[in-house]
Amino acid sequence: MSVAHMSEHEREEAETREQRALGFWLYLMGDAVIFALLFATYAIMIPGTAGGPTGKDLFDLNNAALETVLLLVSSTTFGFASLSVRTGNRSAVIGWLAVTFLLGAGFVFLEVREFAGMIAKGAGPDRSGFLSAFFTLVGTHGVHVTMGLLWIVILSAQVALKGLTAPVASRLYRLGLFWHFLDIAWVGIFSIVYLPGLL
Amino acid sequence: MEQHGLRNYLIGFVLAVVLSVIPFWLVATHALPPQRTLLIIGIAAVLQVLVHLRFFLHLNFTTTPKENLLALVFTALLIFIMVGGSFWIMFDLHQRMMT
Repeated sequence: MSVAHMSEHEREEAETREQRALGFWLYLMGDAVIFALLFATYAIMIPGTAGGPTGKDLFDLNNAALETVLLLVSSTTFGFASLSVRTGNRSAVIGWLAVTFLLGAGFVFLEVREFAGMIAKGAGPDRSGFLSAFFTLVGTHGVHVTMGLLWIVILSAQVALKGLTAPVASRLYRLGLFWHFLDIAWVGIFSIVYLPGLL
Repeated sequence: MEQHGLRNYLIGFVLAVVLSVIPFWLVATHALPPQRTLLIIGIAAVLQVLVHLRFFLHLNFTTTPKENLLALVFTALLIFIMVGGSFWIMFDLHQRMMT
């Protein structure tokens, strides 16, 4: 839709949407700074194992690869949901959001299982500075994904109950920014934590 | 337009897969010496972040509002100063503690 064809009301709505997108973008940039500093802390703490296990002893390449697949596919399926918002296909939006939710939930499940396994082996966050930094960094990302899952559930309900109204579509757009951003943070995690740890 | 959107996501997906498979494969097979593998992991990560920004977040120099790009560049600068500064201080401290 070109600007010339918009009514006054539509133009106003598009403007608020842009402003809200900018506000949310600023939040994401703040989040990016938090992640960057957690990455820096982790990198500095890698040698601080206090005689305990290192990344090589603890990390599992297959698990990290599977988590990568789940999150990347979920980012793509969220893209399909966004495209369905544009075509106004309500059931397709809900369907793709459901697929995205399942993939994200699978990711969280693998992460929680990994954490539980490490803690059971005595390699919890209290074991060494290295493990404190690991759990803080990867855990912060995991909490973000969990919040994203909650957000997907809420917005799916809104799409089902209210339909694809302008406010709902605008919220879905920001959820999309959030979800794609989390996949970018994960690229950092597997490239800085898991792969170098297993090298 | 919808076709165009779909193509964007699919291109992004395929590029991201390639840029993930390469570093994972190198670590799994130990095909190259560690130093070189580490370098490739770093390059693949930077490229993949750019792919995500371009094809999933749809950042570009024509339709993305200037404020958003400005915020991104400013954030990159902040990260460079804070992360770079942290490394500088911590490695310097490490050197002094060792000697």
